Amino acid sequence: MAQAAAVAKPPTPPRRRRASATPRRLPYLLIAPAALLMLGFIAYPVISVFYYSLQEYNPTKPWRNGFAGFDNFVHAFTDDPLFWDTLVFSAKWVFVEVGLQLLFGLALALIVNQTFAGRALGRALVFSPWAVSGVLTSAIWVLLYNSQTGITRYLADVGIGSYGTSWLSDTSTVFSAAVVADLWRGVPFFAILILADLQSVSKDLYEAAEVDGASRIKQFWHITLPHLKDAIVLSTLLRAVWEFNNVDLLYTLTGGGPAGVTTTLPLYIANTSVDAHNFGYASALTTVAFVILLFCSIVYLRLSKFGGEDK
Amino acid sequence: MSVKEATKVAPAPVSAAAFESPGAKKKRNRSWDEVPRWQIYLPLSIYLVFTLIPFYWILLFSLRPAGSTSLVPWPMTFDHFEKVWTERSFGTYFQNSVLVGVVTLLMTTLVALAGGYALARFNFKVKRAFMLALLCSQFVPGALLLVPLFEIFAELQMINSLGSVIIAETVFQLPLSMILISNFIKNVPYSLEEAAWVDGCNRMTAFRIVVLPLLRPGLIAVGSFAFVHSWNHFLFALMFLNNQEKQTIPVGLNTLMGADSVDLGALAAGGIIAAVPVVIVFAFIQKWLITGFSAGAVKG
Repeated sequence: MAQAAAVAKPPTPPRRRRASATPRRLPYLLIAPAALLMLGFIAYPVISVFYYSLQEYNPTKPWRNGFAGFDNFVHAFTDDPLFWDTLVFSAKWVFVEVGLQLLFGLALALIVNQTFAGRALGRALVFSPWAVSGVLTSAIWVLLYNSQTGITRYLADVGIGSYGTSWLSDTSTVFSAAVVADLWRGVPFFAILILADLQSVSKDLYEAAEVDGASRIKQFWHITLPHLKDAIVLSTLLRAVWEFNNVDLLYTLTGGGPAGVTTTLPLYIANTSVDAHNFGYASALTTVAFVILLFCSIVYLRLSKFGGEDK
Repeated sequence: MSVKEATKVAPAPVSAAAFESPGAKKKRNRSWDEVPRWQIYLPLSIYLVFTLIPFYWILLFSLRPAGSTSLVPWPMTFDHFEKVWTERSFGTYFQNSVLVGVVTLLMTTLVALAGGYALARFNFKVKRAFMLALLCSQFVPGALLLVPLFEIFAELQMINSLGSVIIAETVFQLPLSMILISNFIKNVPYSLEEAAWVDGCNRMTAFRIVVLPLLRPGLIAVGSFAFVHSWNHFLFALMFLNNQEKQTIPVGLNTLMGADSVDLGALAAGGIIAAVPVVIVFAFIQKWLITGFSAGAVKG
């Protein structure tokens, strides 16, 4: 039966094929496991966060639980300096991290895309921190930043930094210290994605440009970069969302300290819900974080004309 | 650098290439008129120093005796590893992490393969909505859903069971994995499957014989992603597993770091144990990763 159908319509687009081997329910059966898992463990929790955000909900103070209207939101915006501090720090963290990771990742990808002796090994070594977890990254950099035995002691020997205090416990150095640690792991992500996209640039374009006498820098601006644009827009967006949400590294490396100067909004939310058990307020903050992320993403995609025809 | 300059620097290979087939010449030409060598090796070496010193540092601390300040791991000792593996229960953590990683890999790949096939090959009513949901879920931070997730797993009596972590990891891997896999499947011409039907295969057999082998690089990329992610991920295990017997390696590492006086040797050895499986996976999949990604990842 299947044969007959297949022979009857040779080059039809997939949608019109109704081979009898394909019951109409098949696509639904195939997406059912994924859909059920996502409904149960993403959609339902998201909805309950929205619900709790309108509630006063604290398991340790049950007598105060109940509907709270927009009190939680009002409190966050008018009466909670920590909310603003952590939001500003999150923005700074995401901006600096994604910007630097993109810059170094792009440069690295361009370098290891060249043909040179030892390229395979070079690529493997350059990309290797990608596979390292946030917690392990913290463990490694805790060793490096240790004031007695870390690499910073040797840097102090040559005049960089000072003896005695760890870079992680000084409020003036902790930001750069954490940025460097996260860069170490984050740059390979961009390098890998950009390198993958570089594989699909047509070699003919470069050859034509070379015939026309275009310099390498011109080739980069007029061929490579336009080709990479969509990949760059998408990977920076995904990475920004990821950097915003990810708490592994800062939670284990600095714990949000010293004196709270490296607390991101998600870390603050985690502390509010896990340590302070203030689920209602934490849910309201989570809702605000969602809205901010969604809004920024839409604006970013609009501004960058993602998928536009100008490529 | 211009063609003229390049031939000045390296005249021999270019002229030698002139005698070879046109294809070979083109290839040879490119590699020589590209960038001067130092512009590759200098920045690459600087970056490699930055990448490799941290690895060396942790290796050094894990192998040199406690209290030593030598910059080479000599005399070498494996005491830290023994201590961490037995006294600090990294043996148990390792087993748990392997279990979580492997089951997450299998579940993610299977569920995403089924869903990805449906998205790539059929048009059905809720398809657009479903795709939109997949994309939106990228913005949903698992970390911020900890409380409701905890309540769900408590309801299901799954707190302190590895199942809770496996489900949570799988669910948050699924959207991206499914989008990737459906792109890989779209790259396999539908006519190949149709040809197999003509030869008498049913849809399942045709898929298994014709499509599946072509998906190998993509599936390896997606599967190893799922493994490495769940191996590395920390927060779900920290929240859902209170029992020390059930904890995973990242939680163990965090405990070592949180101790009042950090045992740097033990921390380093624990870190090495955490790194070994992902390094092996990474070395194995590296070449698939680039092909897998360029086959369908970033461009939808």
